[in-house]
Amino acid sequence: MTEGFHRTQTEMIPNRAAPASSVGIVGWVRTNLLSSWVNVGLTLLGFYLIWLVVPPLLMWAFFDATYIGTDRFACAGASGACWVFLDQRIGQFLYGFYPSDQTWRVNIALFLLIPALAPLLFDSLPFAKYGRWFSLAYPFIATFLLIGGFGLEEIPTNKFGGFMLNITVGLSGIFLSLPVGILLALGRRSQLPFVRIFCIGFIEVFRGVPLITMMFTAAMLLPLFLPPQFSMDLVVRVIIVVTAFASAYMAEVIRGGLAGIDRGQYEAAQALGLGYWKSMLLIILPQALKYSIPGIVNTFIALFKDTTLVIVIGLFDILNIGRSMVANPDWMGLGIETYAIIAVSFFTVCFSISRYSLGLERRLDTSR
Amino acid sequence: MTDTNAGAVEPDPNNVIEIRGLNKWFGVLHVLRDIDLIVAKREKIVICGPSGSGKSTLIRCINRLEHHQQGSIVVDGTELSNDLKNIDSVRREVGMVFQSFNLFPHLTVLENCTLAPIWVRKIPKEEAERMAMEYLTKVKIPEQASKYPDQMSGGQQQRVAIARSLCMRPNIMLFDEPTSALDPEMIKEVLDVMVDLAKSGMTMLVVTHEMGFAQQVADRIIFMDAGQIVEENTPKEFFENPKSDRTKLFLSQIL
Repeated sequence: MTEGFHRTQTEMIPNRAAPASSVGIVGWVRTNLLSSWVNVGLTLLGFYLIWLVVPPLLMWAFFDATYIGTDRFACAGASGACWVFLDQRIGQFLYGFYPSDQTWRVNIALFLLIPALAPLLFDSLPFAKYGRWFSLAYPFIATFLLIGGFGLEEIPTNKFGGFMLNITVGLSGIFLSLPVGILLALGRRSQLPFVRIFCIGFIEVFRGVPLITMMFTAAMLLPLFLPPQFSMDLVVRVIIVVTAFASAYMAEVIRGGLAGIDRGQYEAAQALGLGYWKSMLLIILPQALKYSIPGIVNTFIALFKDTTLVIVIGLFDILNIGRSMVANPDWMGLGIETYAIIAVSFFTVCFSISRYSLGLERRLDTSR
Repeated sequence: MTDTNAGAVEPDPNNVIEIRGLNKWFGVLHVLRDIDLIVAKREKIVICGPSGSGKSTLIRCINRLEHHQQGSIVVDGTELSNDLKNIDSVRREVGMVFQSFNLFPHLTVLENCTLAPIWVRKIPKEEAERMAMEYLTKVKIPEQASKYPDQMSGGQQQRVAIARSLCMRPNIMLFDEPTSALDPEMIKEVLDVMVDLAKSGMTMLVVTHEMGFAQQVADRIIFMDAGQIVEENTPKEFFENPKSDRTKLFLSQIL
């Protein structure tokens, strides 16, 4: 074919459907499970492992389990898990030593968290604009509900405990560490030497010291050095320490996001006459934070799990409550069940945060 | 040093930009040398020259994206110095279009156009949007207003960038190689918009290699090399009868 390179096409080729074997469920199974003989073998092995693990786990956790009773002896004959302690001790797991006739306050605070978070997390909701005012007021409302005063019975924070303590410390840390982290990240890139040196110092110190060390310092040493009139509530000190620790990490995560912003974005903002704060708030940070979402969420989740470290300064969070319950003769030997419940509690919260952040990334992706 | 006293400069109402004795260094690199340039209202000036000749730096000095070490730049009667208030007021009057568009990717086209009018000029949102739609119509893409920049072609993005600048109602427009990052088939749609803008009487300083555009709209062509203005002439003279050898060499390479 010596003259084959002359070609002219007069009619364009119309769209044709993809072969049925490469789309839909059939296509998915073929490409993901059965694409080669090795793959077929691995698929079968996978199903075998699932069959090996899942049914016995379900039998133990649900079908053979004991649910009702007053102590571990109620489970004596059963081969499954012993969930009796849940019925008996759920109050302590959730509220610690919060007076049981006042726990409705914790419940209301937790319930109000839904309308407080919703307008922040989902901006397509109706009334989101007004809802944000409620979100701003929420920390004060929650503090009032939990601690009391102004007519409500006052409850000292040393009664705080259980999962409620983890959530209180975790949420406070999360909502404080983000703005503090942003300011530290901006400060680290500042042209003003004092601001820059302060921010670098803060970040390096709080990132370089173990959280446990800072907890001990906050709990034991600070009261020794500070005069009594400066004494501060222990839970408040824990929140400050956790916030400082997390915001140092947060600052570095956000600095990474800021470094990813093209210089042209700053120049375009300047050329339009936007000043420093306006260009940061309207142009740079919305993009930098979007790029930083995985790192920010990582820090949030780590912070939330780190709240269990309050165990070292004698606070009774859910882990400490569980640990001391297992040491009690009435409940001895229930370590697996207890720690499983604690693990599931943390997993539920952390997994929800993670799923939400994936959705947020998808929503903020403006290239599609 | 820069003379910070704006009152010392003789104001000529017809001159919107007066650059005198401008010198700039990047570190030890002397990138702008004794630049004098007066631009009258409604004038269109095309600046060309080889890369690294300082032409982008020169127009970036006019809205202070770069600051100069010697000489004076007076824009619309305001002298550029370290005084932030002066810088802001000059930037409000001077629009700029970049080679890489620099649209804000997290905002829609309409939001890109209304952001500065709302936050800098304090124009009510409805009016800013009405104005933005007017300019988007002028650059022939009103139907794309709700799209995000990353969903558009380069030519469309650059036209949005022009509309975004115009929404601030600037007196002067700076173009920094506006078509250099575009695919060949999109250059014309951007140049057409710029020609329309030139016809409407806008004062324009354009750094570009599009010599066809220069011939069509420029009142003056400035040829820069090694940080200095080597030749300044009308387009006709510049292309038909270039004076300096450097210009002749440059023209022989690009035409």
